[in-house]
Amino acid sequence: MYKIVEKREIAPRIKLLKVFASEIAKKAQPGQFVILRVDERGERFPLTLADWNKEDGTITLVFLEVGVSTRKLGELGKNEVILDILGPLGNPTEVRNYGVVCVVGGGVGIAAAYPVARALKEAGNKVVSIIGARTAELLIFEEEMMMFSDEFYVSTDDGTKGYKGFVSDVLKILIQKGHRFDLIYAVGPAVMMRAVAEVTRPCKVKTVVSLNPIMVDAMGMCGACRVTVGGKTRFACVDGPEFDAHDVDFGELIRRQMAFLSEEKMALECWEANKRSKEA
Amino acid sequence: MSKWDRLKAVPMPKQPIHIRIRNFDEVALGYNEEQALMEAERCLQCANPQCVLGCPVEIDIPGFIKLLRDGNFREAILKIKEKNNLPAICGRVCPQEDQCQKNCLLSKRGDPVQIGRLERFLADWEREHGVEIPEKLPSTGKRIAVIGAGPAGLTAAGDLAKLGHEIVIFESLHEPGGVLTYGIPEFRLPKRIVQAEINYIEKLGVVIKTDTLIGRLYTIPELLRDEDFDAVFIGTGAGPPIFMGIRGENLSGIYSANEFLIRVNLMRSYLFPKWDTPIKVGDKVAVIGAGNVAMDASRCALRLGAKEAHVVYRRSRAEMPARKEEVENAEEEGVIFDFLTLPIAYYGDEKGWVKRMECVKMQLSEPDESGRRRPAPIKGSNFFMDIDTSIVAIGRRPNPLIQQTTPGLKVAEDGTIIVDEKMRTSIDGVYAGGDIVTGEATVISAMGAGKKAAKSIHEYLTKKI
Ligand SMILES: Cc1cc2nc3c(=O)[nH]c(=O)nc-3n(C[C@H](O)[C@H](O)[C@H](O)COP(=O)(O)OP(=O)(O)OC[C@H]3O[C@@H](n4cnc5c(N)ncnc54)[C@H](O)[C@@H]3O)c2cc1C
Ligand SMILES: Cc1cc2nc3c(=O)[nH]c(=O)nc-3n(C[C@H](O)[C@H](O)[C@H](O)COP(=O)(O)OP(=O)(O)OC[C@H]3O[C@@H](n4cnc5c(N)ncnc54)[C@H](O)[C@@H]3O)c2cc1C
Ligand code: SF4
Ligand code: SF4
Ligand code: FES
Repeated sequence: MYKIVEKREIAPRIKLLKVFASEIAKKAQPGQFVILRVDERGERFPLTLADWNKEDGTITLVFLEVGVSTRKLGELGKNEVILDILGPLGNPTEVRNYGVVCVVGGGVGIAAAYPVARALKEAGNKVVSIIGARTAELLIFEEEMMMFSDEFYVSTDDGTKGYKGFVSDVLKILIQKGHRFDLIYAVGPAVMMRAVAEVTRPCKVKTVVSLNPIMVDAMGMCGACRVTVGGKTRFACVDGPEFDAHDVDFGELIRRQMAFLSEEKMALECWEANKRSKEA
Repeated sequence: MSKWDRLKAVPMPKQPIHIRIRNFDEVALGYNEEQALMEAERCLQCANPQCVLGCPVEIDIPGFIKLLRDGNFREAILKIKEKNNLPAICGRVCPQEDQCQKNCLLSKRGDPVQIGRLERFLADWEREHGVEIPEKLPSTGKRIAVIGAGPAGLTAAGDLAKLGHEIVIFESLHEPGGVLTYGIPEFRLPKRIVQAEINYIEKLGVVIKTDTLIGRLYTIPELLRDEDFDAVFIGTGAGPPIFMGIRGENLSGIYSANEFLIRVNLMRSYLFPKWDTPIKVGDKVAVIGAGNVAMDASRCALRLGAKEAHVVYRRSRAEMPARKEEVENAEEEGVIFDFLTLPIAYYGDEKGWVKRMECVKMQLSEPDESGRRRPAPIKGSNFFMDIDTSIVAIGRRPNPLIQQTTPGLKVAEDGTIIVDEKMRTSIDGVYAGGDIVTGEATVISAMGAGKKAAKSIHEYLTKKI
């Protein structure tokens, strides 16, 4: 059981939890994630480690409420507990001095990009960050990202803040203007990561993405998370979650993410109906 | 009750077919006292009992049957427990027909004594009448880390705890039990039975730490160096599913048997949406492979509402590796067997959900030197099957994380951990057993390995004092 020591809503439907999980905090590295189960009947679902603190033994999770599992998690308050957290999982980001790196974070993925940007900065890289969201109020972790960025760009789909358009458009403009990058790191929705991959493909800059397929055990035993990378089937939970963006079959990833759409919808309706009847 | 006939086994009462395919409750209901006594009466009490040689842990079979027959159930179950910590489980899932019962003298002329069913009867009797916790030896002050709470790890932990050692089991999943919990379905091995066996191990003082992935949270060198353990037992079992590597295999609706069974058993998705983990089967399901895992998957699919569940197997009925009893149960429930059939490609709809499977028909060659008849495709025999779901049950590889994170640990080419006859690995104080050493095997062989390792670890630690 893992106690929530801090809870904040950092944007509409995006919540931040600080959870006491000292063993995980001690071992966590950038790019890693945990899989959790909120309660006895809950499903196992993964969230990236947005931060951790070895001293006070906490880990930070930032998530967007989309379906039953994230809604249930979002309902938990300070001092309540999460039943199970397994981690740290996945291979850590390969952090070294590449030279100039560009870290791209989209939506709730900005929180996942943050520890990577920080580690890359601390390793001596020049860090150029691009973060984006649908609209200004959904932008998260701006200050945190800025703190570890030499250059910092913002985009929103509706133009309410920063550049009007996608993060991949900003990246494209930077490259066209002659920016040279030694590494591009992107995390966010699959469509965004695909767009970034397409921008960097012609200039052949090494581009790493952190993939988010459906997972069940997250320890390599089920194959739910399989993705095609370079024509080969890989398990994102143990072989990844980071892969070379130019080798990833994003179409397949996006289709597989939607495999249980009708079930998820049904579950959410049941859950909401249940909640209403409990409140009544 | 029909007339007693020494050559005929007392039949196992089962849930009626039309009812059981609508629920996940146990299919085989177990003998009652009268039936158990009748079955026990058949044993010839051989002076030189061959049955014992067939049991990997050498239970004194005539011994416990005699006690049962005399109505001395408590003594009878203790006799079994001298050798087997998990009788309620083995009595249900051991491949008895290939082990103890295969050797039974009676099987030459009729049905063998139903040893597994008697074992189950006694274990169930004990659970209802209170389990005696054996005396533990005084504490030795030694600490042992057991990795994996499957049958190998649980057995090693139980035996070592009785000897007075302090045991912590590290299990990565949120529930202990290994395959017993996440793989074998409720209707074959109810989870409350597994839970009872785990409670017994915990009553011996064993601490089970779930949600702990060794290799990530702690490595074996860290356990020995920083966490103060004197020895380690690795019982991490098999994990990564093998896929066929054919076209379209990553379409949605194609599960590994492991994913399918983890969703159904560990995550209780047969109770979705009351429980949160979804599963989707559709009308027509193909299960690839013909082992126990394939039987379990196809029978789950029918219970989840599939109209047709096909077991698709490239060899013929004679080569099926599944237990006979399970094949019979599957057939009774309506599973269709497509023998000599090999899938070669899948095709999906615009949403990426599988819709069709292309297969070829196979023929078996003449037996080669090893006596095996190899299947070969028949040219031009391609045909299509419309399906909504495919479950690939063609095997699993050893879990690799420990091997990757333990420098100096000797590993075979197939990824299994190499041990000597005392279950010692190449690292001093580190032992291994179960599927992680043998590749996919059986519950009882994993238990046997756990027992053997416990004995060696005890020797190692007491010598060290
Ligand atoms: C390695 C990894 C790291 C992630 N990190 C974060 C994060 O830091 N913050 C965040 O907000 N989200 C993160 N996600 C996505 C998050 O896991 C899903 O949003 C969550 O599982 C949705 O569950 P739900 O029940 O609320 O929604 P549902 O209604 O069940 O599903 C909505 C969508 O979420 C995805 N999803 C559903 N179940 C799973 C599952 N078991 N595993 C993965 N995806 C699933 C599917 O695409 C689905 O269509 C991450 C995913 C992965 C694989
Ligand atoms: C569907 C199915 C049906 C079967 N039916 C039968 C049957 O009828 N009869 C029979 O005799 N056998 C059957 N078997 C085989 C039998 O279950 C296995 O041989 C047996 O469970 C092996 O035991 P084990 O203890 O070695 O490993 P497992 O039971 O696999 O347990 C290993 C445990 O280790 C954990 N683990 C793995 N890696 C780590 C790590 N790094 N850190 C911490 N924990 C870890 C796993 O989560 C798991 O809980 C079946 C198998 C399957 C899959
Ligand atoms: S443990 Fe298995 S093989 Fe041994 S007697 Fe019991 S059923 Fe037979
Ligand atoms: S071989 Fe059969 S008849 Fe003989 S002792 Fe064993 S169970 Fe009894
Ligand atoms: S989530 Fe099961 S193998 Fe990756």
